[in-house]
Amino acid sequence: MNTRKFLSTLFIGGILFTSCSSDDDNPVPVNEEELITKMTVSLVNAGETVTLTVTDEDGADGPKDPQVTVSGNLNANTTYTGSVELLNGSVSPAEIINEEIEEEADEHQFFYQTSTALDITTTYTDKESDYKKADGTSFTTENPVGLTFTLATKEAGTGTLTVTLRHQPNKGATGVTGGDITNAGGETDITQSFDITVQ
Amino acid sequence: MKGLTCLLVFLFLVNLVSAQECDKSLSGRVIDFHDGVPLEGATITFNNRTVVTDVTGTYHIKGLCTTAYAFTISHEKCNSQVVTLEMARVSDKDFYLEHHLNELDEVKVDGADISKTNSAQEETIGSEIIDKYSNASLGDALRGITGVSSLNTGSTIVKPIIQGLSGSRVLIMNNGVRMQDMEWGDEHAPNIDINTAGNITVVKGASALRYGGDAIGGVIIMQPSKVPTKDTLYGKTVASGATNGWGGSITSELIKGYKSGWFLKAQGSLKRFGDVEAPDYVLSNTGIFQKGASFSFGVNKFTHGWDAYYSFFENEIGVLAASHIGSVDDLINAINSQKPAIVRDFTYKINAPKQEVTHHLGRLRYFKRFEELGKWSTQYDFQYNKRFEFDIRRIEERNKKPSIDLELKTHTLTSDFRFDSNPELLWSIGGLFRYQNNFADPSTGVRRLIPDYDKYDAGVFITGEYDLTNNIVIDGGIRYDYNRIDAKKFYLKSRWEERNYSIDFSNLIIEDFNTQWLVNPVFDYHSISGTAGIQYIYKEDYEFRFNYALAQRAPNPSELFSDGLHHSAARIELGDLRIDQETSHKISITAQKNTEKWGWEIAPYANFINDYVLLEPVDVQLSIRGAFPVWEYRQTDVTLVGLDAKLYTNWNKHWRTDHSFSLVKGNENKNDIPLINIPSANFDNRITYTNKNWYGFNASLESQYFFRQNEYPDNISVFSPQQQETVELDINTPPKAYHLLNADASMEFPLGEKNIVKVGVTVNNILNKNYRNYLNRQRYFADDLGRTFLLRFSIKY
Repeated sequence: MNTRKFLSTLFIGGILFTSCSSDDDNPVPVNEEELITKMTVSLVNAGETVTLTVTDEDGADGPKDPQVTVSGNLNANTTYTGSVELLNGSVSPAEIINEEIEEEADEHQFFYQTSTALDITTTYTDKESDYKKADGTSFTTENPVGLTFTLATKEAGTGTLTVTLRHQPNKGATGVTGGDITNAGGETDITQSFDITVQ
Repeated sequence: MKGLTCLLVFLFLVNLVSAQECDKSLSGRVIDFHDGVPLEGATITFNNRTVVTDVTGTYHIKGLCTTAYAFTISHEKCNSQVVTLEMARVSDKDFYLEHHLNELDEVKVDGADISKTNSAQEETIGSEIIDKYSNASLGDALRGITGVSSLNTGSTIVKPIIQGLSGSRVLIMNNGVRMQDMEWGDEHAPNIDINTAGNITVVKGASALRYGGDAIGGVIIMQPSKVPTKDTLYGKTVASGATNGWGGSITSELIKGYKSGWFLKAQGSLKRFGDVEAPDYVLSNTGIFQKGASFSFGVNKFTHGWDAYYSFFENEIGVLAASHIGSVDDLINAINSQKPAIVRDFTYKINAPKQEVTHHLGRLRYFKRFEELGKWSTQYDFQYNKRFEFDIRRIEERNKKPSIDLELKTHTLTSDFRFDSNPELLWSIGGLFRYQNNFADPSTGVRRLIPDYDKYDAGVFITGEYDLTNNIVIDGGIRYDYNRIDAKKFYLKSRWEERNYSIDFSNLIIEDFNTQWLVNPVFDYHSISGTAGIQYIYKEDYEFRFNYALAQRAPNPSELFSDGLHHSAARIELGDLRIDQETSHKISITAQKNTEKWGWEIAPYANFINDYVLLEPVDVQLSIRGAFPVWEYRQTDVTLVGLDAKLYTNWNKHWRTDHSFSLVKGNENKNDIPLINIPSANFDNRITYTNKNWYGFNASLESQYFFRQNEYPDNISVFSPQQQETVELDINTPPKAYHLLNADASMEFPLGEKNIVKVGVTVNNILNKNYRNYLNRQRYFADDLGRTFLLRFSIKY
């Protein structure tokens, strides 16, 4: 009979559907590609290094506040050579994220802002053409990236230095290539303020 | 319902006519089922007598005996239909005929099948309105119903809100299947092509128990048009184009019916829009590309039938580029700047951030009618829902990889029996089993927002309705649901501690992954829901409804498990394992008067919800990426009270005015804090001119006034790393009130003998007003849509 055939098809179909859809294997943890757990800014002058570090073990997903350290004070009227290193410490060995930034140098830019109490100026010392794309060819554009820079101090004082990495900033906007974040737009990948004393 | 099914059953009985007094009379009207237009010249035939309806569709039959008569009702282009009435009980009856497409091989008595409950607040939209919204979404079409609004993400992601409630509190029944399409997310729109529906009913509340006991907000029931049991082939095509977004849609359906009961139906639609525009700028990356198709076939006989249905839905939706932000400072900047940070030239291209969703739905249904007993239906359905969300990621290469990759598979078996042998007491029993599996693909490289889980549901219900007297119907029902969710989820150990789970849930840990725990929460929920109500019809024109509904809803996966940074929204969303069911007690009253000249409806309601689950911004979390607002789920007792009101007047043959107003207030019982995301009051006025002689000319002007929501929770204070100080984050402040003017005109032209072409023009936001909608999640970043011209054609053949 038509009906019975139909019903049995329906029933068997249902069982087949159900039985092939579940499995009891445990899920695997996600390898977090976006994670940056540590940023180190090194300021070097005459063999002396001051490092500014921020560590956020559990990244943006986790509740832990980032730990910020400044290894020492800066000297007045001194020019420091600065560089930035980004790490993902959640994997072993730790992954250096700088390469990712370099490969898309035209899509990234660091900004160094100082509070008015600090008499500090920063200048970019790299440009996009210093870096190679993922395919091995170099960029031809000359906009700054900010993985390296110089930091020049004048008078003594205390205040904050904020380091920000923007993703897809508008490098063509007014002041952006000069290091002014105001019109940069884009998205923040990293931002951290450090308490600085110039003596 | 007291309808037709049971009446038709009488046809199988032998009616012995005994000698009786023959002074009974029967009167009423024959009405077009679609649009309520009275049918002139319809014939009612019985025992060799024939009566014809007059201009107003009215008929009078005198000299009937106290027995059962089989009336044959016919009208030009319609099948002859037979209805048996017991003259001892009935003296007036309206007959509803399917006129346009001869779709229904049935006569509806009292429009019985269309309404889903007797006593609850509900409203139905028909194919006219669905065609009008052919290029829009379900949520857009339903906004025309008083008390229904929507929670938007831009203009393309539209979630219906019923009397202030949305998401998991609103069930959507698509062709008899409860949609399982990850409705838990605010930015997850129903995966539905509106063009598959013949009519859509919204039940405002949990009173339609057979569909589910957790519909604290309500139920949206989409039903396809029925196929007549006769040899026929017909179809419909609707095409439309709009200037805002420079896109349009086309949808077509073709239906083949056979006298034997066999039928075949195929439908497809395609919709494509580029970036839409606000009055002053392009809303970049707001395009949409949607494809849908459905097929069904089966046999529909009176005694039994079966059918198979399959539908496919795919949607690629761009998310406003400017709404993708990096941290709380970006959000502060966006709110302060009042214009989107990214405005590019118009394009059809959809870039990240975007969503790609796919929904497959398959259904097999069988029914059998048992003489003098009722109808048994059983159904198996399978749904496959796939969701990709693409974010802007640190490396361009990774933008091609989704940040969210979820796969939801659902199998449901339902069965119910409807006892309809006694037309005064109709009752149903039924039950369901459901198995659901969610899989979150780890290859995204982004921590899972929603974990892998298995979910098991079972439910049983009994509902009934009883005709107390000729004009009083009481209805009621009770339902029990069991839900089990069995999830496997990774928690960062730091989060696990911060949530204090180590105290309450340490037994759930099954594996240690260095910085993370793998935990296996298994939760069971037992829910009871029920409803009771009364419908009273007074002097034909007045109707009064009272309904009480109890509903319990088990928490959804998002409320329990969401945990982490939602990149596209730049917010951290935290669920809570401790969240339990919410329980709603809703009382609703409807009073209405309907006459040809004028009518009104006043429908107040109060919904008392214990342990209501809400998501609200609470704090800011610092991280190396900056500071992010934290949104947490929390449970609290709340009260929602509201009012929906309508008034219409047919001034004469040509002019009609419509007015509607809806208001809802939601407050936490403790401290009287207003609830977040409650729709503001709105007032809608429309004037319509119709002249059937000018090719069915119809023109209307609509004024929509949206009040400002003045009741909202406090903003939060956050530390801005950029400004190096604590500032107020203006995240809850609603935008200003606004007023929109829309116009619409349409005409119908016959094409050949059977075909009708309908042409319509719509202009929305005529004044090109700048406005922002409180219930649009993108209101922080950009204005809403500017003026739109829309042209549409529909052909029936």
